[in-house]
Amino acid sequence: MIRLDKIDKHFGALHVLNQVDVTLEEGSVTALIGPSGSGKSTLLRCVNLLEVPDSGTLQLGDEIISFTGKKLSRDAVQRIRLQTGMVFQNFQLFPHQTVIANVMEGLLTVQKWSRERAHARAEELLRKVGMLEKADAWPAMLSGGQQQRVAIARALAPSPRVLLCDEPTSALDPGLAAEVVEVLQQLAREGMTMLMATHDLRLAASVASNVVFLSGGEVVEAGPSAQIFQRPVHAKTQSFVSTLSQASGVPAA
Amino acid sequence: MPAWFELVVDSFWPLLYAGLVFTIPLTIMSFTLGLALAFLVALIRLFGPKPLVAVVRFYVWLIRGTPLLVQLFVIFYGLPSVGIVLDPLPAALIGFTLNVGAYNSEVIRGAIESISKGQWEAAYSLSMTRWQAVRRTILPQATRVAVPPLANSVISLVKDTSLAAVLTVPEIFQAAQRIAAVTYEPLILYLEAAFIYLIISTVLSWAQQRMEKRFGKHAVFGEGSR
Repeated sequence: MIRLDKIDKHFGALHVLNQVDVTLEEGSVTALIGPSGSGKSTLLRCVNLLEVPDSGTLQLGDEIISFTGKKLSRDAVQRIRLQTGMVFQNFQLFPHQTVIANVMEGLLTVQKWSRERAHARAEELLRKVGMLEKADAWPAMLSGGQQQRVAIARALAPSPRVLLCDEPTSALDPGLAAEVVEVLQQLAREGMTMLMATHDLRLAASVASNVVFLSGGEVVEAGPSAQIFQRPVHAKTQSFVSTLSQASGVPAA
Repeated sequence: MPAWFELVVDSFWPLLYAGLVFTIPLTIMSFTLGLALAFLVALIRLFGPKPLVAVVRFYVWLIRGTPLLVQLFVIFYGLPSVGIVLDPLPAALIGFTLNVGAYNSEVIRGAIESISKGQWEAAYSLSMTRWQAVRRTILPQATRVAVPPLANSVISLVKDTSLAAVLTVPEIFQAAQRIAAVTYEPLILYLEAAFIYLIISTVLSWAQQRMEKRFGKHAVFGEGSR
């Protein structure tokens, strides 16, 4: 179980997250939706401590961290990060390494696997995301959708407990986004626990089992995705969901 | 054979010898040591504790703000007044190393800062420590950015080593001065010395291109690191 409890975060005077509670069951896929500046990306980044909350509690498996405003120990940060993988909006592949070297990087440098073992694992993951034939290509030679699929393989390589996806399809045109959505759907079917910040309705509606709607750094409404998309209770959620479906050209239902 | 040509031929080996034995080793040693110093200073400026940052900023400010020739004079002719007597070569080595360290610390800092925050986050998201991120993700990309300015620096350094002549180091320029003093042919000797510097610089420029290719092999159509 992954649990964020009363998470508070300020950027200077700006109150980005206000007493946010989110719980993810193992094997569930949760989409964080909300307008720009609602705090969804920040919340996501709090899970692997790229942002450290001012206060609140984070539980990831057996690890529980309470934030007190003090600097976290490196060990505590590592224990959390080792359980997470992250996919970024702009892929952030390592441009100086080939596709397969990108996927092997965490295994070699962090997990200290042998080269042979890491190579085999990387090949297996590249096959899964349909990128094995590009194993020796440089990231700069790939399309955005291909880069993102490699980035997913890289994030999955150390077998994280949860995959965090920060706007994984937002830098892609619809055709390329579709191939990334397909990969994420496959992961969801296999029971990968995922948390994704997105405003791609197709992604949220087709992959996520749960949706959390954030606005102004607060959770406005949360529940099963069918409920949030088809019968939103809160007025803010209703208007946001309708703008999303208009923008995507697909009805939410 | 015209007399001037004979002079050029006769003096070529002494000048080249001075280059091989003094100029080039002095350049290589001070650049290597200076680069290590520059790297350390850059890391302190980026990640060090405040008091140490103040120390290295002072160092960079002092070295960049004063002429190299004056620094060499202080080290070689000035320090003996406080009991520090150095041989010419070590004095020159110290002076050049301090210079290379100060200028290139800014080059390295700039190159590291040019790598996007997203690359750091990608490394951290794989649970890398800061040092692992620097070593595996940031430096390999920053190196590509730093090669042209570092090559500038080493080419400058080769020519700056001629200043060691005033510390009586018998490098190329000093050798030329000596021969000119006995042959009364300053024009020929100094042009010849200039020519040897030109050859060394040309080789270095070629090496720079090789390095840029090597570190830029991942880029498509000259696109650098992102």
